[in-house]
Amino acid sequence: MYGNDFAAADPSGGDLLGQVEAAEAALRAAAARGRGGAVTSGADPEAYFADVIDADQKIEPRDWMPEAYRRTLIRQIAQHAHSEIIGMQPEGNWISRAPSLKRKAILLAKVQDEAGHGLYLYAAAETLGVSRDELVDLLISGRQKYSSIFNYPTLTWADVGVIGWLVDGAAIVNQVPLCRCSYGPYARAMIRVCKEESFHQRQGYEILHTLAHGTPAQRAMAQDAVDRWWYPSLAMFGPPDGDSTHSAQSMAWKIKRFSNDELRQRFVDMCVQQAQTLGLTLPDPDLRWNPERQAYDFTHPDYDELMRVISGDGPCNRQRMEHRRRAHAEGAWVREAAAAYAAKRVGRREKVAA
Amino acid sequence: MHGPFEFTLRLGDDALVAAQRLAEWTSRAPEMEEDVALANIALDQLGAARLLLTYAGELEGAGRDEDALAYLRDDREFRNCLLVELPNGDFAVTMAKLFFLAAYQLPLYTALAGCADERLAAIGAKARKESAYHLDHAALWVRRLGDGTEESHRRMQAAVDGTWPYVHELFAADPAAPVDPATLRGDFDTTVTTVLAEATLTRPETGWTPAGGRDGVHTEHLSYLLAEMQVLHRAHPGARW
Repeated sequence: MYGNDFAAADPSGGDLLGQVEAAEAALRAAAARGRGGAVTSGADPEAYFADVIDADQKIEPRDWMPEAYRRTLIRQIAQHAHSEIIGMQPEGNWISRAPSLKRKAILLAKVQDEAGHGLYLYAAAETLGVSRDELVDLLISGRQKYSSIFNYPTLTWADVGVIGWLVDGAAIVNQVPLCRCSYGPYARAMIRVCKEESFHQRQGYEILHTLAHGTPAQRAMAQDAVDRWWYPSLAMFGPPDGDSTHSAQSMAWKIKRFSNDELRQRFVDMCVQQAQTLGLTLPDPDLRWNPERQAYDFTHPDYDELMRVISGDGPCNRQRMEHRRRAHAEGAWVREAAAAYAAKRVGRREKVAA
Repeated sequence: MHGPFEFTLRLGDDALVAAQRLAEWTSRAPEMEEDVALANIALDQLGAARLLLTYAGELEGAGRDEDALAYLRDDREFRNCLLVELPNGDFAVTMAKLFFLAAYQLPLYTALAGCADERLAAIGAKARKESAYHLDHAALWVRRLGDGTEESHRRMQAAVDGTWPYVHELFAADPAAPVDPATLRGDFDTTVTTVLAEATLTRPETGWTPAGGRDGVHTEHLSYLLAEMQVLHRAHPGARW
């Protein structure tokens, strides 16, 4: 019942939310079905693992799993968590200057949601036997990456709208299939995250809609932001299928369900209609409907640029990392104090008990 | 001159400026959980500010809504206390400011919930629950930092000493107001004395007591805060957002 249930999206992004709900229903149904024949993992854990994957059941933290499956998931979930945490910066950049109190409240709540997603995802990664401290260390030492999109600057208020519409939109297209991921804690985390992201996407779309129907200066601001963010958003789906290193094994394990290029195409097809409704132009002269493919032909992003940004030479890589390192370092004395206070409390309680 | 408009504006400006300062912590907090908590408190303050400024605009009757009051007044027209506009400093300074603010706002909103003005009473009833959480959160950090490490104790005591002078302005008497701030001082002192003692901190002696915020005479910090907050709104006069 999965894999072919992706209808064309409506401009509000509500269809994606429908897919999240379908995934949630499937997860409940699978749980109710039980694991059928594959009831124990005692005798032959490898066969048990394969059976669970085949039956579209969920692997849970207590189950045996191949070491490479565990490592792949830790890397993917951690990078997702890092992306939420680093992603707070470009949007957080506009909280203090939001142009109305209502927009300020919405943006502050959104960035807060991202911190919550980061925490939730780190907790999901911890079920695989790694600690959050280790993962945070991998982020601030630069040994694990975050989504490259956050290495672009937010130069105007319209960028906040475009991040909601295009960046959160691309993230949802990427993440909706992950709601059916074979690893239970990740699938459940994704269901929750996608619901909130869908809300964020709608808010971004609404910001842009207001700007696009506002003064000439607001309209120009909106178009400029779309021009700058369109190709980096397309690059969020990763390198083209031929160059993608992790895809085949992740597909077999049902961590990943669709290829980078399939998801990118789905995103383009969704955005064309939405851009028309907004009255904004996607900056691609070769964007046109292809009746044979029943999809839009489009210009691919510059994958060399993507590789440069991934390797550290995007406009804001240094700034984002420096910001995170500084926050972590400047908070050290506070975390130490909290630990010392907790230890004293335990000590006093033990004294009372003795 | 100190009618219900002025009173409501003071409370609204306190909440707005506090929200603006707290939101500066976003993505910079010492722990991720604290990032969420500080954003939460900033959102509560912002929510209260919006209700209060909207109502202030109605009381004034000059057609100003929450955004006109927030974005189109200069610092000399703002009526917030000086405490909330002080820079965030380190985490201890932020917690000292929040602790003193919440220890004032909780009895204030509680009293407001019982006042004769129905709109203010409704705002007070909503905001006092939020203030109770703010006070709880800030008091926990004051205790943790005060009774944590030597370094955190030193910083927390310095933060309490540095912000203490600014609390006195909060309780300047205004007998005609819906809630006279002078009547809140007893509750505030009880809370502060208890928490500082638990935190192994010394309550400062009262000496210098700066004031002026209620008359629009602020510290140098406020106009920078407003310049940043208002820049985009003012760059596009009349635009909708």
